[in-house]
Amino acid sequence: MINLLTFTPFQPTPGLAIWSLVIFVIFWYIMAKFALKPIAGALAKREEDIQSALDQAKIAREEMANMKAENEKLLAEAREERAKILMEAKEAKASIITEAKLKAKEEASKIMHNAMHEIDNHKKAAMIEVKNEIGNLATQIAEKVLKKELKGQAEHDGFVNNLIKDMNLN
Amino acid sequence: MVFHLIEVNLHMKYHILIAFFLLLTSLNKGFAGGGEGHGQAFDPAGTAIHHISDGNVYTILDGIGVTLPLPVIVYVPEKGWDMFSSGHFHPGHHEDGHHAYNGFVLHHGSIYRVTDPTFPAEGSVEVQGFEHELENNGGKDKDVYYVNYNGTKYRLDARSTLDGGVLGGGITSFYDFSITKNVVSMILVSLFLLWLFISAANAYKKNPNKAPKGIQNVIEPMVLFIRDEVAVPFIGKKYPVFLPFLLSVFFFILGLNLWGQIPFLGSVNVTGSLSVTMVLAVLVFIIVNVNGNKHYWGHIFWMPGVPGPIKILLAFVEVMGLFIKPLTLMLRLAGNISAGHIAILSFIGLIFIFGKSGESLGGSVVGSVVSVPLTMFMMAIEVIVAFVQAFVFTILTASFIGAATEEHHHDHEHEHGHGHA
Repeated sequence: MINLLTFTPFQPTPGLAIWSLVIFVIFWYIMAKFALKPIAGALAKREEDIQSALDQAKIAREEMANMKAENEKLLAEAREERAKILMEAKEAKASIITEAKLKAKEEASKIMHNAMHEIDNHKKAAMIEVKNEIGNLATQIAEKVLKKELKGQAEHDGFVNNLIKDMNLN
Repeated sequence: MVFHLIEVNLHMKYHILIAFFLLLTSLNKGFAGGGEGHGQAFDPAGTAIHHISDGNVYTILDGIGVTLPLPVIVYVPEKGWDMFSSGHFHPGHHEDGHHAYNGFVLHHGSIYRVTDPTFPAEGSVEVQGFEHELENNGGKDKDVYYVNYNGTKYRLDARSTLDGGVLGGGITSFYDFSITKNVVSMILVSLFLLWLFISAANAYKKNPNKAPKGIQNVIEPMVLFIRDEVAVPFIGKKYPVFLPFLLSVFFFILGLNLWGQIPFLGSVNVTGSLSVTMVLAVLVFIIVNVNGNKHYWGHIFWMPGVPGPIKILLAFVEVMGLFIKPLTLMLRLAGNISAGHIAILSFIGLIFIFGKSGESLGGSVVGSVVSVPLTMFMMAIEVIVAFVQAFVFTILTASFIGAATEEHHHDHEHEHGHGHA
């Protein structure tokens, strides 16, 4: 015989309802105050900690990357500097050499010039001396010619030639 | 427990199964005899209902029948309050009391009152069994119980219930405020949960910056699940106010669901009792409507964006919805858990149906072979149901709270998106 008329679990009874209410409300209060709030707080705090740790790691990573980039920049700058210095040195070398060459040439030409000048001077002086000597010789020759009576043309010419020979342009 | 032992080895497996079958068949004596009085045929429906009903005694280790007395607190309007131990009834087979006490008797674990003035209203007297009759009361059948005392049948009054006769109850000559087995279960489960959570809370306080371990690992995934998958998506940024309630409800229901699934510990059907789910639903109703904002009430009484006459119709529907929402919470939970208990009891009952209440041992063995796998399957399902129903109650509560506290910022939404409300 099946009889489901008196389905007692579904009959709401004031006794069980009141006890349920009392027990659940006390349970709810103690759970909330002494268990759930501390747990929720601890979980939230842990999440915050993890988040901040992650954030810090990210910041550190970024800083590392920045530092690396900076280092590379510095390195590149140093390399550039070196290249620049080397180039300047080369340029300096070249210019020094050219300058030196120029100076040397100038000096050489100056020396040459002076030498020429001196040679000219000496030459002029020698010429003057030669002229003077020639004059003197001529005078002497003329004196000797004048002192000796020339007897004919042949004698005359022989005499002059002898004189010239003797002069020898020393 | 049995599942675990089966893994020991294949040889042990058969011994344990046989032992389990024998244990179940041995329940015959305790299970079948007392249904409607000794010697009668097995009544599966009556037995199932008895087993899922609240009781004024607590029987553990069903079959061996260790029956623990509980405090009885009753109120009789013309006599006042009375309080005594249910041990005075000398509960025996099937939680039927051998004695009456102060005009009360114990039948199927529940107390009844004898109103007849010729029945001794004070002290303890021995009674001789109970009888059951169907009474036709104006076209409606009603269960009526009688107690035999000194050769006379005395009509019994059941405790008052608040169903107004719809579910076979009604206001009677007394009210029962006893610490019943449901109340004891709620207290035990609450204390266990409080111990569990307070221990976990202390662990969090003691090791604030350490990885969780032990109890923390048991509760943390569930707490986080309720917070991140239930509270936050449904309620939004106001969730911390409601989170303790949602978690309390979830773990209270889950703990009691699972408590009822432990074999031989009474299989108490607390969350399948309408009184308990009613209280939870009433609390949800209060929390939802106390926190309802202007917008929420506006949508109930004067739905924006629809023509006038429909506003009135919708207001009517929405006001009904206010009460139907917690009503569904109450019925869904009680129905699911009671149904699970009934299914398990029905499968176990197969043993007694096949075994003809213990007359046929062969039938009992066949019944056990059929019944044990089905019962194990059902118990596994019920463990899932325990979690699912706790979750469903919580998520629906969260969605009701979310709907009541939601802030709308775009007024033009009113014109478009209100088919769903």
